[in-house]
Amino acid sequence: MSMTSARIVVPKTAKRGEVVEIKTLIKHPMETGYRRDHRGQVIPRHIIQRFVATYNGEEVFSADLTQGVAANPYFAFPLRVEESGEITFTWTDDRGSTHTEKAEITVA
Amino acid sequence: MSKSRGEGLSRRQVAAGIVAVALVPLAAGSRAAVAGDQISTALEKITGGAPVTEGRVKLEISSLAENGFSVPLTVSVDSPMTADDYVKTIHILSEKNPVAEVVKFNLSPRMGRAKVSTSIRMADTQRVLAVAEMHDGSFWSAEAHVIVTLSACIDGG
Amino acid sequence: MYAQLSGLRFTALTFLAVLFVGGAAWPVVPELVEDGQIIPESLKPEERRSGTTFLSEALRAQQEDEGTNPGMLWVTTGEELWTTPAGSENKSCVNCHGDAEASMKGVAARYPTIDKTTGELLNLELRINQCRRERQGAEPFPYESNEMLGLTAFIAYQSRGMPISVSIDGPAARHFEYGRKLFTTRQGQLNLACTQCHDENWGRKLRGDTISQGHPTGFPIYRLEWQSLGSLHRRLRACSLGVRAEVLDYGSPEYLALELYLAWRARGMPIETPAIRR
Repeated sequence: MSMTSARIVVPKTAKRGEVVEIKTLIKHPMETGYRRDHRGQVIPRHIIQRFVATYNGEEVFSADLTQGVAANPYFAFPLRVEESGEITFTWTDDRGSTHTEKAEITVA
Repeated sequence: MSKSRGEGLSRRQVAAGIVAVALVPLAAGSRAAVAGDQISTALEKITGGAPVTEGRVKLEISSLAENGFSVPLTVSVDSPMTADDYVKTIHILSEKNPVAEVVKFNLSPRMGRAKVSTSIRMADTQRVLAVAEMHDGSFWSAEAHVIVTLSACIDGG
Repeated sequence: MYAQLSGLRFTALTFLAVLFVGGAAWPVVPELVEDGQIIPESLKPEERRSGTTFLSEALRAQQEDEGTNPGMLWVTTGEELWTTPAGSENKSCVNCHGDAEASMKGVAARYPTIDKTTGELLNLELRINQCRRERQGAEPFPYESNEMLGLTAFIAYQSRGMPISVSIDGPAARHFEYGRKLFTTRQGQLNLACTQCHDENWGRKLRGDTISQGHPTGFPIYRLEWQSLGSLHRRLRACSLGVRAEVLDYGSPEYLALELYLAWRARGMPIETPAIRR
């Protein structure tokens, strides 16, 4: 199993034109690159640099992060629902690793 | 430049200095105030010198943060978020973190509202500025001052 | 937050600063010792307050919202592990226990507890590893591993809102008495007992912090200083270090006994796992 866990909160259904709130959480150390380990060695920076949310393929919200964002970052943001479809969430870190989560929303 | 040193110190800077001195026994991690304002430098890069007007932006963040590792914040902008009137970006800038720009949010009209929440790190008691760039290229901002306290039992454990 | 804020040296300075430089602000500790014995003065039930009540409004809101509480990330990990087969038996938790929502409801509220077959005091971590060894034929999970934190968080999460109710009778009695003794005995270079902070001086300020009552309602907790989830024993190790006492092993008899005493002391208080703490 993957030890990278992420959580997404997206309502399953919404009325057409309704603005819903989306919440995302991902497990990531967001290591600043300023800390040292017990031997005095600098712990290398390891941060998520980019987060992108798309809605039926179109980018609707994104964030460019620095080490100033807290560990295990969360974002909460709104989305106006115009049609049923897929919302994807992608996090990319400075070691080139990416994590993607998907959610479906249905216009009721 | 005919400014005397006395005039160069604004009332705010003096007040900030007093706060910083008062906080020394409270927050052992506080460093002495650093000259120069990294917020202004970062802002210049973002706006290219265009004026920034205070207003339309709301920055919700505790004025007294109990721990600098994670300080929740919510930023919202007064905007209809329609195809021809929307917020393009919101920058969160810090006065005393090692990196001035904490995070940049890229928004779109599809969001329906301009409101984003996250948690940030704060290295020290400092000012935080939220700057929004609108679709028409205008810049709006809101500022907050956050006192960062340290928990008593910092243990490294 | 950044480099200069971690490490032993900083901790030592912090405490010395608190006790000596800030001596005037240090509340006077009432005399508790009589004939070499410390008189325990426990908290009245109506005075009990969860650590949550000492959080800022913003952090309380973050804890209550499962979409923003970072501890939920470990609950998700535990949920996956619950159905992941392991060991020579190739069995997962669900094979014996079924749906955790039903079978694990209220379980964490009764821990630590005496194991019926061995007569030993077990906390959730030890019980999970007993299952792994005896039922799954798998290697134990170390304390503070992603897996152990995930499973303990997931299991305790099933008891959210349920009152803590541990048994201190029979074979548990000696562990309970030992735990109570540890809680009320001065220790370490600072010569402080748990009770002096958490019974006598809760609600007062220690530097920028408010002293809590020390109730174990939210473990494993997401502690901001750790920037991660951590167990009660990790927190107790931090307390030992804080008073400059010997830092004991995870799962040591002392911390297990303290865990039982703390659970009894918080009896009736609702489980809040995963809680956010400073």
